Amino acid sequence: MAETEETLKRIQAHKGVVATMVVNAEGIPIRTTLDNSTTVHYAGLLHQLTMKARSTVRDIDPQNDLTFLRIRSKKHEIMVAPDKEYLLIVIQNPSE
Amino acid sequence: MLGLFSLQNQNGPPGGRAAQPRLYGASTKKRDEDTSTEVGEGVDEWPSSKTVVKPPDQLDLTEAELKEEFTRVLTANNPHAPQNIVRYSFKERAYKPISYVDQIAIHFSLNGNMILRDSDEGRRQSLRLSNASEKAPSETSAVVSEEAEIKDEKSTEDVQAAEEEEAEGTETAEAAEAAEAEEPPPPKVKEKKLPNQFNFIERSSRTLDNPLRERASQSEPTPCKNFSANANQWEIYDAYMKELQKMEKSKEKEKPKAQIGKKVEKKRGRKLISLESQGDDITKISNAAKIMERMVNQNIFDDIAQDFKYFEDASDEYRDQKGTLLPLWKFQYDKTKRLAVTAISWNPKYKDLFAVGYGSYDFMKQSQGMLVLYTMKNPSFPEYVFSSESGIMCLDIHNDHPHLMAVGFYDGNVAIYNLKKAASQPSYKSSAKSGKHTDPVWQVKWQKDDMDNNLNFFSVSSDGRIVSWTLVKNELVHTDVIKLSAEGTTMQGPEGLQLQTVGCGTSFDFHKKIDYLFLVGTEEGKIYKCSKCYSSQFLDVFEAHHMAVDSVSWNPYHLKIFISCSSDWTVKIWDHTIKTPMFIYDLNAAVGDVAWSPYSSTVFAAVTTDGKAHVFDLNINKYEALCNQVVVAKKKNKITHIQFNPVYPVVIIGDERGQVTCLKLSPNLRKMPKVGTAEGPNHSRSLHAFAVLSTLCFIGFPNILSFPSFGFCLQNSWKLE
Repeated sequence: MAETEETLKRIQAHKGVVATMVVNAEGIPIRTTLDNSTTVHYAGLLHQLTMKARSTVRDIDPQNDLTFLRIRSKKHEIMVAPDKEYLLIVIQNPSE
Repeated sequence: MLGLFSLQNQNGPPGGRAAQPRLYGASTKKRDEDTSTEVGEGVDEWPSSKTVVKPPDQLDLTEAELKEEFTRVLTANNPHAPQNIVRYSFKERAYKPISYVDQIAIHFSLNGNMILRDSDEGRRQSLRLSNASEKAPSETSAVVSEEAEIKDEKSTEDVQAAEEEEAEGTETAEAAEAAEAEEPPPPKVKEKKLPNQFNFIERSSRTLDNPLRERASQSEPTPCKNFSANANQWEIYDAYMKELQKMEKSKEKEKPKAQIGKKVEKKRGRKLISLESQGDDITKISNAAKIMERMVNQNIFDDIAQDFKYFEDASDEYRDQKGTLLPLWKFQYDKTKRLAVTAISWNPKYKDLFAVGYGSYDFMKQSQGMLVLYTMKNPSFPEYVFSSESGIMCLDIHNDHPHLMAVGFYDGNVAIYNLKKAASQPSYKSSAKSGKHTDPVWQVKWQKDDMDNNLNFFSVSSDGRIVSWTLVKNELVHTDVIKLSAEGTTMQGPEGLQLQTVGCGTSFDFHKKIDYLFLVGTEEGKIYKCSKCYSSQFLDVFEAHHMAVDSVSWNPYHLKIFISCSSDWTVKIWDHTIKTPMFIYDLNAAVGDVAWSPYSSTVFAAVTTDGKAHVFDLNINKYEALCNQVVVAKKKNKITHIQFNPVYPVVIIGDERGQVTCLKLSPNLRKMPKVGTAEGPNHSRSLHAFAVLSTLCFIGFPNILSFPSFGFCLQNSWKLE
């Protein structure tokens, strides 16, 4: 348990990382470093997108599964690592 | 008709026309002379006095206006009738004008009760009356006569005359009969009774309506639930897999199995630590967190990752066969800052994972040791960390079981670490009882499993023993293989004992193909060629160096060649059948480690304590290094070890500060000899090169001593090619 905590702390401490969020299977944020409203916003939208992405991947080949999702935008990069029950979302500024 | 009519009217006298009403709607367009003007035409016709009596309110008109003819038309049109009637025709579904509009205006109507005698109705009625009168004659003649009279009144005119005659005569009965005979015989057919021909009365009555009462009852609505789901390809697949697993489980329960087969789990960051699955939310995210960390690192070190993958130094073409080492990542862990890298090894299965052993070479400062595994995918934090009390001096990863690592400690112990287990302590460790070395263990190497399929490895130490350790039933059992003894150094000890000084082994290497053959380098600078079968005698001795042999290594392709390096600043290449080295390189500083490259038999790299890395390619340049590069910036830092990655064109170099640097080899350093024979690209030409060299060596040219200058390789004086 401590190891995972350590890992999350390290991620947050990395250069350029803006925010870290943990969201559960229904899209409800469990842990976040942002304010509530933004978190809820991100959580809802990214949850749907991840479901859709995973559905796409698996529909094409059921033995396949989504490992991660990266959305690169002008301002920053949103990275989503899906798990069985949870979603880990990290927003990073890659250029810094 | 119309036309004629109107014509007539035109011609006829005006006075007469007025009296003739038009029955048809004449066209009003035809101008007819009117008859109602008083003044105009009346003047010509009326023979009246010239004085005209004008009513006081008469219009004063001019002559022209007086002469104006006004046409008044008398038509039989009904002024109240509509001029055009449009009816909706259902057949054509459109409004259609009715061509003929009924112009009849009914002024008065009276329903009479007289019917025409000749009509059907009249005939029927008269028949009835006659039927009634027929019955009468059977009763009384007077009645008959009356009836005859009545009949007479009611009968037709044709019969009337005859009846009158009969009425006069007394033979009324006969007359009546005659009349009856004259009359049409009474119809025996009953005719329809016409009820009420004139005044039709309808009477109806209605029964009472039962008052309606509504009664309703409602049952409870069945509970409804909305359910929606997707039936995707993968949902179906998942369902099937679940079923399969259930079936398999049930099968397993039927057949009790004693053993569960060992499965090599994936170590690449998906390690599920069983201790953590206690229902804590955060622990379930450990996998995702690991992946995320790597992603974040990839972003941060993006340019390095790109370089690693794609960058090829183009300037190598202009460098005249020389190459460079491009620094990529630097791996460090804050807990190892005070420790020196004492051993590095790539994992044979996961090509991006490598293990680093930390300890200290300093005799005086001995502290704890660490075993850390890094992956190139995450340069900022290690994957696995193990700590130990004593400094680690060497490590080796098993080829077939990449989760097992053998480690040799400074205090002489050896241990096996199991990566699959979460423990930070080694799975198996030797101890003083189990025959640990009395001096630091300088090298360990895994061997093939012995005949009982037990894992075993060898270790060499300064105490002169080469020990084979076998893992038997969870215990390390040691077997002394060879005791190194310095030849010819038996001393005369007190009381005539012959003490045999023990040689200190500092490195060894096993032959790739010949299983029993191995080389041991010692502190005295000698290299012993040994066999596992002979425990007391060496097969051969090489007087290799003046100082301790730091590393000895067989060429991975050319089976006779090996390389050795020493703190006496030299690197020497040998053929094990020849006592003298084939190549000697002087590197101007104590050489810490040397390693052959996995892709070419003529490329090797050496690191020196002055922080430089030297890469040689014998195929290209036999005398000089292709690359002399300062790897570690600080002068206080010494490089301790170097290893080539088996797959990627990178080397990792460890230094005394606990840092491991990853460098990419430039293309010039990676040249593989061209394919000549079917043996394979790597060793054909190089074999040939070595073969030539070895034969020439054998001829017996004098070996020129090494000069400590500029790192030239001084070979026998002749030149090849």
